[in-house]
Amino acid sequence: MDYKSDFPMLNKEIVYFDNGATTLKPKSVIDAMNDYYCNYSSNSHRGEYKISLKASSEFENVREKVKKFINAKENDEIVFTSGATESLNMVVNGFFKNILKEDDEVLITKSEHASNILPWFELENEIGIKVKYIPLDEDYCVTMDNVKKSITEKTKVISLAHVTNVIGDIRPIKEITRYAHDRGIYVVVDGAQSVGHTMVDVTDLDIDFLGFSAHKMLGATGVGVLYGKYELLDKVKPSKYGGGMNISFSNPKEIEYKDLPFKLEAGTQNIAGVIGLGKAIDYINDIGLDNIEETCLELKQYLVNKLKQVKNIKIYNENVLGSTVAFNIDNVFSQDVAIYLDKYNICIRSGSHCAKKLEDEFGIKNTCRVSIYFYNTREDVDKLVDALKNDNILEESLGV
Amino acid sequence: MNSDLKRTLILENYEKPFHKGLVKDESYINGSKKSSTCIDNFDIELKMEDGIIKDIRFDGEACAIATSSISISISKLIGKTKEEALNIIENYEKMINEDEYDKDLLEELIVYEDIHKQPSRRKCATLGILGIKELINRYDNDKKI
Repeated sequence: MDYKSDFPMLNKEIVYFDNGATTLKPKSVIDAMNDYYCNYSSNSHRGEYKISLKASSEFENVREKVKKFINAKENDEIVFTSGATESLNMVVNGFFKNILKEDDEVLITKSEHASNILPWFELENEIGIKVKYIPLDEDYCVTMDNVKKSITEKTKVISLAHVTNVIGDIRPIKEITRYAHDRGIYVVVDGAQSVGHTMVDVTDLDIDFLGFSAHKMLGATGVGVLYGKYELLDKVKPSKYGGGMNISFSNPKEIEYKDLPFKLEAGTQNIAGVIGLGKAIDYINDIGLDNIEETCLELKQYLVNKLKQVKNIKIYNENVLGSTVAFNIDNVFSQDVAIYLDKYNICIRSGSHCAKKLEDEFGIKNTCRVSIYFYNTREDVDKLVDALKNDNILEESLGV
Repeated sequence: MNSDLKRTLILENYEKPFHKGLVKDESYINGSKKSSTCIDNFDIELKMEDGIIKDIRFDGEACAIATSSISISISKLIGKTKEEALNIIENYEKMINEDEYDKDLLEELIVYEDIHKQPSRRKCATLGILGIKELINRYDNDKKI
């Protein structure tokens, strides 16, 4: 399918392969946000006048859409945040900080994004929990065997990306939650790379907490979601206090807060961004998640087969099912490859991709990353591979 | 300097950098310089005697521009007095920032005179030399301790 008429950015003569960092936005999302600013700009949940009521109802409609999209049980289980990073920080600091004790163990992996490592590191510094790593297999994936081996009597939480941002592997979340819950272990899922890319059904997967970002699924930056099972989410202590989340207050002993989800949404929300997220979900539903996943996997396979024709290339994750390819060109620093490709208006990512613990597994600090989304085409791949079939990448990257 | 010569100098200094590898000797002071936007990262050692730079060493992993520029900077700065070195560095920063600078003073460091055309490369071209500048500026203090 040709998506060029839907995505303004696809008409800029660029090849965009940095979807793991952020996705492009369809016109329907941009228009919906503009419509709010141009035609009913007002605060939500505040005014008694028509445009404010419209803003409130559009905003709350998106909560319903998100609930259905991830198959949560109640709208109240959906909290809007600024993104997956804030969602994960809220879970760690608002929930686990209050229930974990010194020496309790939290299992993560070395391929997690910084936002699923640093909050836990800080909690270790603060209250003495222990962050432990589930070993990755030879393809840098998580196996059930390794999960089982890593669990001890002290394990209280398993916190994993559903899909990782460098390797792109899909973790067996359903098996993990079943095994973990039998042992009283909570499961937190970083859905930044999975929601909008593959089916994420929080009820079927039995996830305790899920965080994700709108901008990695066609929406605006600065908006995300925290999902939690109601009884758990209800115990999350707000990290922000202020307007919109309280019912009444007169002195420090007499404060009444609203119920979920509002008590976790202090201050004026990113109303336009949330409305955009609603349109992003509509767009994704129209194409169909199955279709998106299949398109991405098929294109990834095409890309891997083509990349193998490039001399001196090392691909790190060709055996992994996912829509990301991490590679290096021999003797060329990843950043130099990315700068070289930019001359051809090809956008890829280089570096450690916020997964700085992964170097322990790779043995190298940095890679080039191509991350695919459904609007990428074989033509994009051909342009990339043609550009990489050049013996003078390093020389031509220098810009002198 | 023509482009071919510039490229050759940069590639030579990237592939076989000058004074790469640390000596870890007590007569040196050391520090590290990390890029906040990419993973370029240098550890640097500096030795001065009577106000003259006797030696500079570095180690680390970085792109072609960052690695070659610290290599050329080191070969240029050894043997200079503190004042001469700081003057060269100041002029180099001016060149990268497209200000007026003394071309003759910089010699082969002018291979980076056009680097501002790639804004993302400015940090690469200055990472190492700014690390060296920090060490020069704190040498006297560090050595008193």
